[in-house]
Amino acid sequence: MSNCLQTIQDYGLRSLGYGERLLPKTDFTLCEQFTLIGSGMIWNIYFGIMALVTGFFLATALALGKASSNIWLRKPAEWFIFLFRGSPLFIQFFFAYFFFLSLKKAYPMFDAFTSAWLGALIVLFFNTAAYSGEIFYGALRSIPKGDVEAADAYGMSGWSRFRRVIWPTMLRLAWPAYTNEAIFLFHATTLVFFSAFPAWRQKGDALYYASYFADKTFNPFVPYPILAFYFILLTLVVVGIFGLINARLNRHLPTAKKAKMRFRPNLVR
Amino acid sequence: MFSYCADPDTLGTFRWFSCYLTNGVHMSFYLSFIKVLALLAITAPVALAFGFAGAMSARSHVLPVSWLGKGYIAIVRGVPDIAFFLFFVIALDQAFEWTRHQILCPDWTDPIRQGNDFLVCSQAKLPLGTSPEWVHQTYGFFLAVVTFAIVFGAFAGNVLFGGMRAVPHAQLETAEAYGMSRRQTFWRILVPQMWVYALPGLSNLWMVLIKATPLLFLLGVEDIVYWARELGGTKTSKFTAYPHGDWRMWYFLFLLVFYLAFTRVSEIALERLMQKLSHGQATTGGEAQRKEAVA
Repeated sequence: MSNCLQTIQDYGLRSLGYGERLLPKTDFTLCEQFTLIGSGMIWNIYFGIMALVTGFFLATALALGKASSNIWLRKPAEWFIFLFRGSPLFIQFFFAYFFFLSLKKAYPMFDAFTSAWLGALIVLFFNTAAYSGEIFYGALRSIPKGDVEAADAYGMSGWSRFRRVIWPTMLRLAWPAYTNEAIFLFHATTLVFFSAFPAWRQKGDALYYASYFADKTFNPFVPYPILAFYFILLTLVVVGIFGLINARLNRHLPTAKKAKMRFRPNLVR
Repeated sequence: MFSYCADPDTLGTFRWFSCYLTNGVHMSFYLSFIKVLALLAITAPVALAFGFAGAMSARSHVLPVSWLGKGYIAIVRGVPDIAFFLFFVIALDQAFEWTRHQILCPDWTDPIRQGNDFLVCSQAKLPLGTSPEWVHQTYGFFLAVVTFAIVFGAFAGNVLFGGMRAVPHAQLETAEAYGMSRRQTFWRILVPQMWVYALPGLSNLWMVLIKATPLLFLLGVEDIVYWARELGGTKTSKFTAYPHGDWRMWYFLFLLVFYLAFTRVSEIALERLMQKLSHGQATTGGEAQRKEAVA
């Protein structure tokens, strides 16, 4: 037991570069595998939360742009969404990395963009913005006509109508699908270190360490189930938090009409 | 390829590129696109079959069978698919080798898992150490296909299970009233009707499958990602007649365009298919078509 505490001290923050420098090489204990893979989860959570928070605002803008009657707003939004939803995230990571690499050669100030914490985050940000933008756009189009007419009748227009009527209704309608998108984004973060972005000094995410153990031990039956355990836990937390927000968005409705949360992610992107 | 390609150093830009893009390694690059298309063509029906089996057993009245089906459908969701890809390739390989080991070398006494090693007798190795390169490649590709089929089978199972439940219950009750057995009801009433309900989910799955094909690279197959990285890297004149700088960005831009075009074409084709299937159906899509025809 005290052994394991020592391991947690050594490797608990290994993915951020603190603690023991060398990864374990032989005689892998279950504790080491749990600790290191859990340490890698820090990156998955970082990428997921940062991309979700920043992506949310761009997604709202994209949805409004796509629903706009102005062609100069609509076409760019449509193209952006098509570009990021129509191509594999994996290829997007590769392209972005090599793009940033060439930029860095010309302008050294782009140095940070070639490391995962910023470069991959930008790709995830654009990607989730495009997917959520499409979800929000769908919700925007299914806002009941009566709600908007009622807002007009009250003399609301422009910003106040958007802020008080359209936006909350859009979120309420989109929320179940948006929850799936969030789960799906967290899963997508495992691709980062398997595309071109280098895990500098072996500071990688959960899957990076899981595949490290699987490679070293030739035994996939321990590290991957541990990874699965962590991800199922993360998924449950995400579902819980989004469920609370969903309850708040629906709090004015009678119980029977509340949108049911359905856990239905569709995993690969 | 062309007769003037003998000395690339002297060529103009256009001719240089015409030679560069048709040299031997680029042919392998183009061939890898065929690999991707082959993977799609094989995986889609196999995954559909896996999914159908999964959905069928999930509906079973025998509890263990139903748990098996539901577990299969549920487990692949909730965990990143890429973890499954990495897991199944090793796990399947070891499962095959272990089975062959049990059959071919029954009097082998050493344990198979020795510390960090997985050791089977040399006759049980897959593929055999003596077999030519193409067997190794084909075996790798075969493992990839099975892995894709298992993972996407679970997704398809989910969609088909939903489609089966969407068939109006009255239809099944009517079949029962006519004295059909459960098996007859399933094959004659449920299965023919479920496709309209399952098609939107399945077409979504097809798009997802297209976008999952670059993951072949992670399974150790020499696919388009592998070649794009190889060919795009900086080449000096020491090793090749066509030296160039780091062009990986352009190669991946090309892949991006390829996938965008592919998904766009699929989108249009699936839209047409849906139009066709909705024709005359008692769904909103079919109703819209009817109204259009009347007006």
